[in-house]
Order: sequence, then C-alpha cells, then structure tokens
Amino acid sequence: MSESSPAQPILTVRGLTGRIAGQLVVEDVSFDVAATGVTALLGRNGVGKTSTIRSILGLIDRTGEMSLAGTRIDRLPTHRIVQLGVGYVPEDREVFGGLTVAENLRLAERDRSPRRDEVRRLFPDLHDRRDQRAGTLSGGQQQMVSLGRALVNENRLLLVDEPTKGLAPKIVDEVAVALAEAAKTVPILLVEQNLAVIRALAHRAVVLSGGRVVYDGEASDLLDDEAMLRRHLGVHDAGEAA
Amino acid sequence: MDTVVLLLVTGLGLGALYFLVASGLSLIYGLMGVLNFAHGSFLTISAFLGWEVGRRVSDGTWLGLGLSALVGVAVGAIVAAATEFLIIRRLYERHIEQALVTVGLSLASVALFEGIWGTDPIYTERPDWLTETTTVLGARIPNDRFLLIACAVLVLGGIVLFLHRTRYGLIIRAGVENRHMVTALGIDVRRAFTLVFAIGGAAAGLGGVLASVYYGYVSAHLGSVLLIFAFIVTVIGGLGSLTGAAIASVLVAVLQQFANFYLAGTGDFVVVVALAAVLLVRPRGLLGRTT
Amino acid sequence: MTQDDLTGSTGATGTGAPARASRRRWLLVGGGLVAVAALAVLPLLAIDVPGVLPGPTYTPGTLQLLAFALLIAALALSYRMLFGLAGLLSFGHALFFAAGAYGLGMALDAFAPSDLPSGLAFTAAIGVTLVFGLVLALTVGALALRVTGISFAMVTLAFAQAGSVLIRRNPEQATGGDEGLALDITHVPEGLVGVVHTRNLYWMALGVLVLVYLVVLWVERSRAGHVAEAARENELRVRVIGVRPYTVRLLVFVVASVLAAVAGMGYLLLQSGAAPRIATADFTLTILVIVVLGGVGYRWGAIVGGIVYTLLDQRLTALAGSPAIEALPDVLRIPLSEPLFILGTLFVLVVLFLPGGIAGLPGRIRTGRRSHPAEPLETTDA
Repeated sequence: MSESSPAQPILTVRGLTGRIAGQLVVEDVSFDVAATGVTALLGRNGVGKTSTIRSILGLIDRTGEMSLAGTRIDRLPTHRIVQLGVGYVPEDREVFGGLTVAENLRLAERDRSPRRDEVRRLFPDLHDRRDQRAGTLSGGQQQMVSLGRALVNENRLLLVDEPTKGLAPKIVDEVAVALAEAAKTVPILLVEQNLAVIRALAHRAVVLSGGRVVYDGEASDLLDDEAMLRRHLGVHDAGEAA
Repeated sequence: MDTVVLLLVTGLGLGALYFLVASGLSLIYGLMGVLNFAHGSFLTISAFLGWEVGRRVSDGTWLGLGLSALVGVAVGAIVAAATEFLIIRRLYERHIEQALVTVGLSLASVALFEGIWGTDPIYTERPDWLTETTTVLGARIPNDRFLLIACAVLVLGGIVLFLHRTRYGLIIRAGVENRHMVTALGIDVRRAFTLVFAIGGAAAGLGGVLASVYYGYVSAHLGSVLLIFAFIVTVIGGLGSLTGAAIASVLVAVLQQFANFYLAGTGDFVVVVALAAVLLVRPRGLLGRTT
Repeated sequence: MTQDDLTGSTGATGTGAPARASRRRWLLVGGGLVAVAALAVLPLLAIDVPGVLPGPTYTPGTLQLLAFALLIAALALSYRMLFGLAGLLSFGHALFFAAGAYGLGMALDAFAPSDLPSGLAFTAAIGVTLVFGLVLALTVGALALRVTGISFAMVTLAFAQAGSVLIRRNPEQATGGDEGLALDITHVPEGLVGVVHTRNLYWMALGVLVLVYLVVLWVERSRAGHVAEAARENELRVRVIGVRPYTVRLLVFVVASVLAAVAGMGYLLLQSGAAPRIATADFTLTILVIVVLGGVGYRWGAIVGGIVYTLLDQRLTALAGSPAIEALPDVLRIPLSEPLFILGTLFVLVVLFLPGGIAGLPGRIRTGRRSHPAEPLETTDA
C-alpha cells in the first residue's frame, strides 16, 4: 500500500481494538490515512466505522498502535490528541444545543489566530445566526456549525463522520463543497454512506467488514468494482445513491 | 397577612441556604455525573473554621462575621477542589465509585468533626442587628433572613455571570450538555471539574457560615441535614440546572414553612410528597433536560 | 463456606464438564451446611479469640454481638441483591429495616392488651409487620423506580428521610421518638426474652441469615433475577426481548425490602427495642459501606462484610476508650477514637485500591488482575 502514497501517511493505525462496556466494537483494525486528500472509511451499517473514529480519538476504550505524523497517540487522552492538530466532525453533529452558534465556534478555537473569516466565508449563514441557540437550527445548519468548529483551526488531520447523513440534497452539495475545499490543505478521514459524495471527494478507500479491513486502496478501483461494492457495502447499483 | 409574609420571607431565607448547597451539587452532577455526598462536609468544615477564626478576631461583630464568611468561602473552595483533585479524579468516569468515595468521606469527616468539636451544637454570637426584627407589611421579620436572601442572590448572580461571561463558564455550560464533545474539541475538561468543585465548595462554605447565623449554632451535623434537602431540591429542579435549583430551593423551603405552620409541623413530609408528585409528572424535574 | 460459594456466585457452573459442575454444586451445598452447622454450635463451645471477640463464645455478651453481626450480614445480603444484582443504588434501605423493627414493636404494643393467646398474637404481629413492609416497599418502589441511576438514589433517600423524621416525631407516642421503642414482651415467646436466652436469640439471628440467604439465592437463580442482572448491564437488550425492566426491578426491590424488614424484626427481638438510629440515612450508608467493603460481586462478600464491620466497629469503640489511645497526642487521639472515621477512611481506600472488596481478594491474588464479576456497575447511571 505504501507505493501509491505520495508521502509518509499522516495517520497509521495498527491492531486497533475498541470496547464499549466490555464489548468488542472494533477488532484488530489496521490501515493508513494518506498525507493528502480524502481517505474514505467504508462498510455496511454497524460495521464499526464510527467506533473506529472514536477509538482513534480515545473516546472509547482502545488498544493498538496509532501514530499521528510519527507521534504515538494511543496512550494520549482525547484532548491531547486533538491538540496535536486533529479536527473532529462527529456523527449526528453533536453541537451544544444550549449554546449559541458563536459560542459553539468560540469553544472550538484552539489556535492563537483562529480562522474566523474562513469559516464565515464558507458558511455565511452561520454568521447571520451567530446569536441563535444551536439547538434551534435545522440539521443542515447544525452540520455547518459542526464543520465550522473543525475548520476554525489549523489541522493536520480531519476526522469527519457521516457529514451528509439526513440532509437535503442541496445541503449535501454545500457540505461536499466545503469538504473538497478543506481537502486541498488538510488530509481527511471520511466516513460516508453517500457514494456520490465519496466518488466526488475520496482518493483512497478503506473498507471494513466484520470489524476488519477487507479493502485498502484507490477509491476509484473500489467504486468501479460492482461485485466488491455489493459484497462489502450492500450496494446493488454503484450509481444508485444520490 | 403578617403570618403569610413572615412565612414567605422565612421560606425565602431557608431557600437561600438550600440554594447555596444545591447550586454546587447540581453543577457538579451536571458536569461530571458525580453525586457528591461530601458536599455537606464542605459546608460543615467551613462553618467550623469560619466560626473559629471569626470569634478569635471579633466575636459577635460584623467584622467577625465578614471574616468568618471569607474564611468559609476559602475553606469550602480549597477543600472541595482538593477532594476532586486528589480523590474523585482517580475514579474518572466511574460514577458509582465516585459517589461511594464521597459517602466514605462524608462518614469519616463527620466523625472527625465530632471528635474535634464534640457532638453537641456550639452556640454562636451574631451582630446585634441580625438578632433584631424589621417590620414588613405588619410582619416582624428576623433580620438574618434578609442577609441570607441577599447572599444567595449575589451568589446566583455571580455564578450566572461567570458561566456566561468567561471561557471556563462556556466550557462548563458545554460540558454539562456533552462532556465528551468538549474533550473532542481539544479541551481538558478535568480542569473544569476541579473548578466546579471549587465553586460549589465556595458556595457551600458561605452557606455553612450563614447556616450558623440562621440556626444560631454550629454542629458536626449541620451539613448532613441541609444536604438531604439540597438533594431533594436538585432532583425537583432538574439535575444540572442552576436555574432549576434556584426555583426549586425557594419552592421547597416556602412549602416547608407553610406546611409546618398550617399543617401541624408536617413540612418535611410535604416536601417528600412534592418530590414524589414532581417525579410522577416530570421525572426529569422542573427544568431538567430531555437528553 | 468461602471458596465453594465464590464459584457459585460467579454463575460459571454449567459451562464445561457438567459432572464437575454438579460436584462443585454439592461441594457448595455441603460447605454451606458445614458453615451453618459450625455457626450453630458456637454457643455450646468456649472459643475465645482475644482482640476479636469480647469473651468466650458461650457468654451472652459475645453471643449478643455475634447475633447482631449475623443480622447485619442478613441486611447487607438483602442490600447486595438490590445493588449488586439489579444495580439499584438505593439510599433508603434502612427504611425497611426500621419498618420491620418498629412495625413489629408497634404491633406487639397494639396487641398487648388483647386476650389473644400469646403464640397467636406473636404470629399475627409478625404477619401484620410483613404486610406493612410489603405495602411500604411496593409504594416506595413503584414511585422511586420511575427514575433511574442517581435520581433513584436521591428519591429513596428522601423517602427514608421522611420515615426517619416520622419516627423521631413520635406521633401519638407510637415510636418513642429519640428514646427509641422498648419491646413489649407480653406476647413474645419466653424463650426469646432476657439475657439467659441470648443463645436462642443467636440461633434466631442465624435462622434469619439462612432464610435471607436462601431467598436471595432463589431470586438470583430465577428468571427474574437473570433479567434484573441483564437490565443492569444493558437495559436496551432486555427491552428487546419484551420484558419491562421496571417490573423485574420492582420485584427485586420489594423482595429485598421485605427481607430487610425480616432482619429488622430480628433486630427488635435481639435488642429488646428499636433505636431511631436505624432509620437514618447514615445507617443505609453504613450498609452500603459493608456491601462494598465485603465485595459487591459476591454474596458471601456481604456476609463477611457484615460480620467484619460489626466486629471492627465494636473493637474500635472499645479501643477508643483504652488508656493507650487516651495517652496519645490530640492529632492521633481524636481520629483514632472515632470508629466511624477509621471505617470511613478504610472504605475510601477499598473503593480506590481494592475494587473487589474483601471477597475479591482471593481472585485478585490468583489472577493478579483487577477484576471482579460485577465490574461494570457504572452502566446503571446511563
């Protein structure tokens, strides 16, 4: 897998195993995230994609070896990992509903000179609603807040979990555009169900099945292989998803 | 009419005490999921040390009381922060064990207080004005009630300002909603834990000194009694909600006063019945969140 | 009874070789019988353990203390079922112990003037108390179980507090207030009254412990017990199989409460009265301390915890008044002369450094790991 990576991978994961309340949710997973572009993490529902991301961040109990740009992170607490330059956009957005939009963004600022203008340019709507409670926003607007919280800092890696889940097609496009723009400067590990979005964004793909990695390679090779898609993602027509 | 006013103001005064204890309990529970049984001991140690210092400097004067209050606040904050830092933190995310440890601390500390200061209440001196009464709408109200209410309002205002105007306040409010997401934004939420313990301890410490004014004595069990009502207040108000704690403190204390007067001293039962009623209708409490 | 009982409580029987499992079961039953028999003959022997017991085992003082320890063990066992099995952290268990003690005391008071034959009146008083305990448990449980986790703990605490206040208020002179309630012996069988019959009271306490143990064992092995245990770990999984966790939790709550009331009745007879202390929140906390000290994951942990705690408490109190302690400087004398300070500190240390309690020690030594069967208790707070 190394010959196709342009440089050292930004994140290496070896033998990652995660547990929730003693139950295995991620079992012995190993893969790399390339130093540039978007690496898609794929697999059927419930295969452990979200748990993998949460294990990387130490949000659930995990063992294994993980390095971020050469720094071992498997023994670090979550906040230290994030401080190394990891932006996290969680599944279901997890905005703080009782805080205003501005407070949500302010809370996320880690850098000395946060990129507020950048976020404002990407999501002008958020600026207009800065004093509104995030809990009263629509799902799409909440996703903007969640993305904004990650993009307001200079990151070395973005972990983005199902950013288009449950959103209207128009909003999906906006999210995809924002991610494509971000991907120019920062590598992204992306969990996504929407094949059209993957096709548009992903350079590489890692497929999980039964808690293990069953494919690790070029995204285009995977997307062109219908048999593979059907077997591991349960997709009947590769072009089906919106 | 004058009886109603007296009961109302006395209820507010008692509610002020409940709030000073419940505010910390509620914040600590909301942010960390820790049921803090040692909170009553923060109050008691503050009351004792505040009294020890105050009486040595100037017993029964405003200066003495002011010093007691300062000492109480400082002791409460320090003891509470130390408890979090040295003991609770070792059991990070293990909520039952954390509650158990505070149970042990409360048992051990009350025993220690009894060993040092004895089992009987120690009567305290107060500035003269506090022992007098002021006539409001025909009711002769003991002046200490006003002091209690004023202090609780100041504390409420102070905590609200802190929560809404500072970065740590922002972290605490966010942490009460979703502590894991706060850490996932690169924030060491444990510092906020120590901080809420310190704030809660400071409020309880002030509560301890004020309780010795209200009851006229300090004793090793001062905190235990108030703690139980503070628990009830916290559940009725909704765990984690500061406003809920404030409203419920007043409701519970006023209800208690009226029931004690009009229903033959049944205040404590009426409070428990009220708790049961609230749980039947709204298991999450008055202002508890639905998540 | 320790070793065999440990294997029984882990529920590991049935896996692997069935023959070995059944042999173990018989060893377990046999070990239990031997332990009960050994305890039963204690009053007939003159075993003296200086430093642990106040005198030889046949003396009334020692028997009284041992009987008290057995009743506390029974109470702790009932609480362990609630907390350890069903994961219900109640701060109101003392309420039901007090309901048993005060209920029987007041019923005997009420029957005292009547002309009923004593045997009948005594039985009727026990029956009335059991019904009272049952109704009280159903009422409190039905309300408190509407909430879970820490809220449940606080609600049970509030009810217990109401009970404690009621007892202290002494309504219509029924409870004796702060003085406590003296046992009216009019209808109490003669063999259970007086220092000369302490031996009988000891056997009664042992009987209560055995009864509580058998009921607890039966509940834990029953389907309801398994469901309650499963609901502690994962409420959703239980809902999926179509059982309401509420119902099984209420069942466990009621059984544990009635057992506590039974232990309370034993306490009344043993102490010839009831003191308001047994209704306080502190008393519940003491039971919690005992259960955790003994080891939440094991039935015999509650028993060992109850006995160790009672003896320790008694010895520490004796120590507090000893000349050796009196001679110490204040810094050492004051903490050492407060048994509850020492026990509370010990408890904190056990929670911090010995998660399995006393009963977890053999397992820890054997495996060298921090593990005990009822480990993931934190899930109850979901």
